[in-house]
Amino acid sequence: MKIHEYQAKKLLLDYGIPAPRGGVAATPEEARRIAGELAGQVVVKAQIHAGGRGKGGGVKPAAAPDEAETAARSILEMQLVTHQTGPEGKKVRKVLVEEASAIRKELYLSVVVDRSRGRECVVFMASEAGGMDIEQVAATAPEKIVKCAVHPAVGFSPFQARKLSASLGLDAGQSRQFAEIVRNLYRLFLEKDCSLVEINPLAITEPGQLLALDTKINFDDDGLHRHPEIRELRDPDEEDPLEVAAKNAAVNYIKLDGNVGCMVNGAGLAMTTMDLIKMAGGEPANFLDVGGGASAEQIEKAFRILTSDPNVKCILVNIFGGILRCDRVSAGLIQAAGKIDMKLPMVVRLQGTNVEEGRRMLQESGLRFTVADGLYEAAQKAVSLIGS
Amino acid sequence: MTILLNEKSRVVVQGITGSEGSFHTRESVKMETNVVAGVTPGKGGTDLDGIPVYNRVSDAVEKEGANVSGIYTPAAFAPDAIFEAIEAGIGLVVCLTEGLPVAEMIKVKQALKGSGTRMIGPNCPGITTPGVGKVGFMPNFIHRIGNVGVVSRSGTLTYEMIWQLTGLGIGQSTSVGIGGDPIVGSGFIDILELFEKDPQTEAIVMIGEIGGTAEEEAAEFIQTQVTKPVVSFIAGRTAPPGRRMGHAGAIISGGKGAAEEKFKALERAGVFVEKNPAEIGRRVQEILKRSAA
Repeated sequence: MKIHEYQAKKLLLDYGIPAPRGGVAATPEEARRIAGELAGQVVVKAQIHAGGRGKGGGVKPAAAPDEAETAARSILEMQLVTHQTGPEGKKVRKVLVEEASAIRKELYLSVVVDRSRGRECVVFMASEAGGMDIEQVAATAPEKIVKCAVHPAVGFSPFQARKLSASLGLDAGQSRQFAEIVRNLYRLFLEKDCSLVEINPLAITEPGQLLALDTKINFDDDGLHRHPEIRELRDPDEEDPLEVAAKNAAVNYIKLDGNVGCMVNGAGLAMTTMDLIKMAGGEPANFLDVGGGASAEQIEKAFRILTSDPNVKCILVNIFGGILRCDRVSAGLIQAAGKIDMKLPMVVRLQGTNVEEGRRMLQESGLRFTVADGLYEAAQKAVSLIGS
Repeated sequence: MTILLNEKSRVVVQGITGSEGSFHTRESVKMETNVVAGVTPGKGGTDLDGIPVYNRVSDAVEKEGANVSGIYTPAAFAPDAIFEAIEAGIGLVVCLTEGLPVAEMIKVKQALKGSGTRMIGPNCPGITTPGVGKVGFMPNFIHRIGNVGVVSRSGTLTYEMIWQLTGLGIGQSTSVGIGGDPIVGSGFIDILELFEKDPQTEAIVMIGEIGGTAEEEAAEFIQTQVTKPVVSFIAGRTAPPGRRMGHAGAIISGGKGAAEEKFKALERAGVFVEKNPAEIGRRVQEILKRSAA
């Protein structure tokens, strides 16, 4: 799960990590009021779940409260396009108004999980090349990134902070401050089940203090059940409405750009079905895993989600009946298709337990199902039905 | 011979009285699996179709000689169940439960180190050895006794692959679902090592997916340590970066984990890479024929 910058900065402050003073505003008037309270130079920043906001015009400096109001007016409600939003961009609903700082140098600091074999631990990454996209630094100047793995049984040791700060060229005072930041960051990462905490840039300000100018925090979805306070930070406006509907229906759905809608049981088979659609010359409209069980209700909910995507021109159902029998799946499909008045052409591929019975039921249902046998054949048939 | 499960396996099911646990225990018994005990704290002294239920794993070890555990307990209690099984000296733990936080799996990996326990999962369909039995929820009818080892990160896709093999008359030595989480008890390399040593296994099917670097690590291992032919497919070529594709571990992040990189690494290692998953069975058939000739 992702959260906004203003929420992430609040968490940093809760853990004693220095971040600029500021407040969040949903209207230009609120932005003006916050700027007035802060006094002096401020920065007005669009709050969306994507990076690269500055380049897209989503970050503006302001010298006075009325300038902050003007900046907020131009940013709020805009459709902000960055390299991470896709061409349609994301609508800005909130801005963060915070104190501007004079900056001497920009550093990079992040915490992630190393999932590679034999390591499986929390890793810190630091770089002198702050303010840039770290993936780009890793590709062009990997020697500028210093990593430090934390042994799970030992926990974070002060020498590791010294190792990182030495690589960043910090003076004695900054090193002490840095060690404190890193220690607190580790605590935050573990206590809140984070999957990523990134401070980029971690600025050295004009008086020589460290300050988290921008930050991104992601959480492990599987840890959310034990953090109700983090779950509350979820912003449904940032998610695709169909994905929100799917989440509420306990269906695993991700919207894509193609026009072949697919419904599959199991995540691996769902990804594979997308791959096969592409291989057959089409474009998948979504990832959809109805789960290993795939009850009639699940199938109906999944159909409703698929058919509310206007791009979908054809539907491919691919079910491997294991413990769940194919005749049951067919019954669910027929019931659901009847209920929601399906107009789109549909290819159904069933395999596994009671497959003959399942196919017979589909063919005799009077509904417009094209039945397919093979995995690839199903994708080819679905793609050929586009525009038919 | 087979890997992981054999005629000496005595299975205890942790969470046997839950709906998942009881259903899949009964299914596994239909496949002749030797389920000797169940564990549900507080339900000790009861039974499931005559299988005795205990409060603690150590009781199942002492009284029934359990040496393999299948864990179906809900995610919030699964780490505790795993630690209990390790402490009781269970040699093979298969955790079927989905949704364990990564932070808990980091601790589990620590607990496994230096213990005598091997773990499969979590968030996996388990292990099936045709002719011996299963721990987990692969459908019973898809398997056939034979010489191909199957290892995969997914569930239904694995059934699909096994079913393709069986449809062509190609049996399996053992099929192992290692799970779809970012951190798992046993990785591809651990299972490949077992298949390489297993005299019954003649060829290996490895099904990977996007996310992480497990396939790249496996490719390196195959190149130097595996002499048997390996056929491989990677799911998720069309998956967008930064999105979790159902499985917690199936996510392209930080520019890493894309399918094309994995295909390339496997190709370089001399693996028979098959980009059309509908052709995996035929590809294996072809390779087995060639090596028999």
